[in-house]
Amino acid sequence: MKHSYITAVVLIAVIVAIAVGSQLLGIRLYDRIATNLLISLVLVVGLQTFMGNSGLLSFAHIGFMGLGAYTSAVLTIPAQMKGMALPDLYEFMKVVEVSPYIAMLAAGVVAALVAAFVAYPLMRLSDAAAVITSFALLVVLYTVMNNWSALTNGPRTLFGLPKTTDMAIAAVVAAVVIVIALLFKESRTGKLLRASREDEVAAAALGANIPHLRWRAFILAAFIAGIGGALWGHFITSFAPKAFYLKETFLIITMLVIGGANTVTGAVAGTILITFAYEGLRGTESALNATAIGAGQVVGLTEIVLALAMIAVMIVKPGGLFPNREIGHILTRARRKKEIVK
Amino acid sequence: MAFAIQFVIDVLSLGGAYALMALGLVIIYGILRLVNFAYGELIMVAGYTMFLTSGSGLPWIIMAVLAVGMAIVFGIITDYVAFRPVRAKSVTAVLITSFAFSNLLQNAALLFISPRPRNVPLPDIFSQTVSIGGAITPVRNLITIAASIVLLAAVAFLMRRTTLGIAMRAAATNFTMARMLGVPANLIISSAFALSGFLAGVVGILWIGRIGTVVPGVGLEPLLVAFIATVIGGMRSLPGAVVGGFLLALIDTTLNYTLSQDLLKFRDAFTFSLVILILLWRPEGLIKGPASGQRT
Repeated sequence: MKHSYITAVVLIAVIVAIAVGSQLLGIRLYDRIATNLLISLVLVVGLQTFMGNSGLLSFAHIGFMGLGAYTSAVLTIPAQMKGMALPDLYEFMKVVEVSPYIAMLAAGVVAALVAAFVAYPLMRLSDAAAVITSFALLVVLYTVMNNWSALTNGPRTLFGLPKTTDMAIAAVVAAVVIVIALLFKESRTGKLLRASREDEVAAAALGANIPHLRWRAFILAAFIAGIGGALWGHFITSFAPKAFYLKETFLIITMLVIGGANTVTGAVAGTILITFAYEGLRGTESALNATAIGAGQVVGLTEIVLALAMIAVMIVKPGGLFPNREIGHILTRARRKKEIVK
Repeated sequence: MAFAIQFVIDVLSLGGAYALMALGLVIIYGILRLVNFAYGELIMVAGYTMFLTSGSGLPWIIMAVLAVGMAIVFGIITDYVAFRPVRAKSVTAVLITSFAFSNLLQNAALLFISPRPRNVPLPDIFSQTVSIGGAITPVRNLITIAASIVLLAAVAFLMRRTTLGIAMRAAATNFTMARMLGVPANLIISSAFALSGFLAGVVGILWIGRIGTVVPGVGLEPLLVAFIATVIGGMRSLPGAVVGGFLLALIDTTLNYTLSQDLLKFRDAFTFSLVILILLWRPEGLIKGPASGQRT
């Protein structure tokens, strides 16, 4: 248990370092990148609570992020702007306007409720079928967001969210989510779930109700994703449903997998690494676009490089950078070894 | 009467295409217990091959053969890039590499060809219509039905009567045992990928024949269809995939005819809810596959 505290302290220290470091640099671009990084951190750690503990890949995570973002949008867009931003909104919703913090919580709750409802039958499926249906779920959530014009303005961009997310809030939420993820990992549900990840038959024989355990983890992950979506929505202030689809799914899965899905440390490390790689590649891409005159736009290069990196990591280190041990565990072990040497 | 004929032709042509898509996916899954996320991109590859060869002045049928050939080649490349290096590691690792490979191919198309839709050459027969018993039907639907009957029969023959097919089924049932009895593992897996690529190529031509253009994301819908059909049918059974494909087509077509325009936009959501209901009733899918062997 002790090494979990150390892990929490180290990871939160990393978050503080990122937040304070980018403040000290004082460049607005870095400020934006750092806030984006912290929001991604919320999403990736959220995904880790399900994927890392249950061992099942979930593609639907970004869909729940979208649910959160839209829930919060509908609740917080100022009443006088709603006529413009959401012309088809239901009458009784037009007067609703709550504080972004309450809306953020509501976003998490809505995402969790939807997850609880749809995932209950899905968690009974075996590994591959569960992965496939989670992918289908992502498509369904996207279809709904794209077409429920009354609440989402359809495929068009939704604008007018108050900009309330700044780096401090993102950092606080990220820190809280890391603590939740670590607590969940060490909780009874988390431990049983990890047992089922290692050996489904043995865990079931010990009396673990695996579908139910997975269901709980899935709801928690969706809750965090909903919060992350609201956080992102109030940072970016205008978005369209296509922000919650395959490209973003690919990105957060890359982050989690390269870092190591089984550990919270891995989720954090992967997010930081891939965010920097992504921003660097994006920069290169736009530099290329600026120089290559008439040669057409360079698009997709970033994704190609990331995909190659992901395949390479899977071949060399299938567990990611931190495959089983949290950073706290690694540190305590290192210290113990030193003492023995003395 | 005309309506009934129309309905049956719609279900059969859509179902035939769906069944072929599902079959291509299940062939890999049956043997390796691994899902190929890059399956949809094989359809994309077939489409872009048609587009790239369209200026060459070759007869259409040669272009179609080239397109199917490229899909087969890329199917085998999928095996070498995304599956073989990580096959012995974790299931998640392979899911991720195939997902990454799918993204790689899509973005390569985006980078090297164009994000915009590209026209695919089609023979005139694809845009003609005929009238059967009062129902006006595009000829391409009849071609799809014919092609799916021929291919399903051919695959059934291959799986039941030829050495390769029997070896593949043996490998699907118990891979280790099959290897001990002298079935060459890598050859079988590569042939499964080639067969999967072949089915994807043919489906690609039929599918893109409906739309007329190809975009980098064209493979998503077929992939999703194949996913759902295989889950309904039972993940590891070849007949299950075919049944699942036709059932899904029946559900989709019925919804097409019964839902109002407003609700039709949500068709995928309705289809998926029905799938959830089927899974609540039978979590294993409709048809059980061969007794479970260990994953290799």
